[in-house]
Amino acid sequence: MYKNFFKYLISAIFLLGFSVNSNADFKVGFVYVGPTGDHGWTFQHHEGRNAVEAAGIKTTFVESVPEGADAERVIRQLAQSGHDLIFTTSFGYMDPTNKVAKDFPNVKFEHATGYKREHSNVSTYSARFYEGRTLLGHIAGKMTKTNTIGYIASFPIPEVIRGINAMTLAAQKVNPNIKTKIVWVFTWYDPGKEAEAAQALIDQGADVIMQHTDSTAPVQTAEKAGVWSFGQASDMQRFAPKSILTSIIDDWAPYYVERAIAARDGTWSQQDTWHGLKEGMVAMGPYNSAMGADLVKEVEQLQKDLASGKVHSFTGPIYDQKGNILVAEGKVADDGMLAGMSVYVKGVEGDIPK
Amino acid sequence: MIKIEKRNDVPMALYFFTPFIAIILTILGGGIIFYILGFNPIEALKFYFITPISNLYGLSELLLKATPLCLIAIGLSFCFKSNNWNIGAEGQLTFGAIVGGGVALLFYNQEGFYILPLVILAGAIGGMIFALIPAILKTYFNTNEILVSLMLVYVSKLLLDYLVVGPWSNPEGFNFPETRQFSDSSRMPLLFEGLRIHAGIFLALAAVMLSWFILYKTYLGFQIKVSGLSLKTAKYAGFKGKTMILVVFMISGACAGLAGVGEITGPIGQLHRMISPDYGFTAIIVAFLGRLNPFGIIFASLVVALTYLGAETAQIFLQIPKYTGQVFQGMILFFLLASDYLLFFKVKILNLKKNELRH
Repeated sequence: MYKNFFKYLISAIFLLGFSVNSNADFKVGFVYVGPTGDHGWTFQHHEGRNAVEAAGIKTTFVESVPEGADAERVIRQLAQSGHDLIFTTSFGYMDPTNKVAKDFPNVKFEHATGYKREHSNVSTYSARFYEGRTLLGHIAGKMTKTNTIGYIASFPIPEVIRGINAMTLAAQKVNPNIKTKIVWVFTWYDPGKEAEAAQALIDQGADVIMQHTDSTAPVQTAEKAGVWSFGQASDMQRFAPKSILTSIIDDWAPYYVERAIAARDGTWSQQDTWHGLKEGMVAMGPYNSAMGADLVKEVEQLQKDLASGKVHSFTGPIYDQKGNILVAEGKVADDGMLAGMSVYVKGVEGDIPK
Repeated sequence: MIKIEKRNDVPMALYFFTPFIAIILTILGGGIIFYILGFNPIEALKFYFITPISNLYGLSELLLKATPLCLIAIGLSFCFKSNNWNIGAEGQLTFGAIVGGGVALLFYNQEGFYILPLVILAGAIGGMIFALIPAILKTYFNTNEILVSLMLVYVSKLLLDYLVVGPWSNPEGFNFPETRQFSDSSRMPLLFEGLRIHAGIFLALAAVMLSWFILYKTYLGFQIKVSGLSLKTAKYAGFKGKTMILVVFMISGACAGLAGVGEITGPIGQLHRMISPDYGFTAIIVAFLGRLNPFGIIFASLVVALTYLGAETAQIFLQIPKYTGQVFQGMILFFLLASDYLLFFKVKILNLKKNELRH
């Protein structure tokens, strides 16, 4: 009885409501985890969207979508409302993306930083940020006077640990006495916590600060304290012009434009993309002249060598904290090992939180 | 001169009608904001309030979103009616989800009809225990329950952070801050194929019925209402104040815990750091918009749930910033409080003559 009543009520409202007409126009949707004005992660994805728009393709975005129960609805709404290609730009959207993809086989999905491609219409993509970390490590190793590098880390996932290791290895190469101190903040975006972490590291003697979080708070704290810092995700130079040595820039624009055009022209196919300096998905901000002309030259050469493949960020011998060999002399770590990286290399202080 | 006087004769009909006035004013205010932002207000409001529920999926999402809000608000109504200011429902929700989720994780590789009821029960008990902390501190140590319950929100959220990053994180999950997926036996059954609305809605409806019965048909309900109207009267009547405070907090916490467990066993299916977009706080608006009345709360939870969905739809179709959703929720509360003020107080403009002023 009740059930029937509900059925009638629901269908009545359904009939009264108007369906949204989907036009034949090709449209691309973006789901962001933060606000477009975070000047970090989401800001850069938004820049990528602007590039797609500039290429003459209609786009839509939804910002600050929590990675909980709401994500699936937003992704589904985009699919339902006539979007042909949908970029979901945070790890937490992995399961909802795959779930919606199952119900919309004609819509293409691109999930950033995930590893699940359960349906043929789901691709994944990420960037080899660690190549940028290698450059940061080289610079930090040369610039530090206290031999202490401070690192603000978000979550102990392979991507973050890879960055810490790549940086430490590169710094050790130019300065064997280097120590990496880490503060885990367990957030991607929390200016207050990030600033506190930066200050704590500075108080412990770090004179170079870097972060795997998204806000501009660490570079601003470094600027105030008069220590060196690096921008993360976007070019953060204007937030700390004296302190910032360079920035790792995530440049999603070429990839987004390429994939949008492929989807529009019917040439899109499932793939797992991991692009770096070579393809330009990882780019570097302008180098601070305080580094000196020689160091800038060195780093620019290293950047070229990383891009060409002449130098690899993880070239053996690499040891873990206890001195066990991880990568033998003359070998380089393969992508499988990089993707699952879960131990620190020698020279990193402390333990990975468990 | 303006003089403000308390009204002695507030008509009941008007009392229940003012929430509608608040909603109408909010819609008008929203239209004006959209107009100022450069959007066609009629079109924007249409995308906001009609498009999200113009199909079955949208309706299911509306009910899905309203379910936790309704459950929590029902619980809060017991506290608020008896002058106990439990602001920490978000913490009770989180702790309920932790306890319920812990039980679900114990059974992650098992099947059985008894698992889901156990998980739900654990969630309710978790929320109840967590709500007892401010209640006991209030009754025996005279602390302020607003402060304690609010601060405990951070405690439970940090505990959840710790658990999903550390001991409870998925061993096969590359250290990502989330637990394993719960087994199907720990998941709320779906009501319709392809829609996310789940059996948790029956928990909310049961809570509505039960709360109506308790509040209006039992001695406890009478005590709660009298204590809310006048603590002194309640004392003269010989009501055991302490027991009642503990009971209303337990009811409130259990409801919030159920809401938390409904989310993790319903649409989410695991524990991670983002199990609630602050339902516990939004439910305070819901409780007052619903006049602390069980049936009013059903209506209010649907209205507030719609502001969430509308904000998403308006951004998808018109690229209106998503934060308008919070602006709408804020406006509803503001207009409700403002109209309440005018309902309970008379504003008199007195015409004073010049010589009167001199005295």
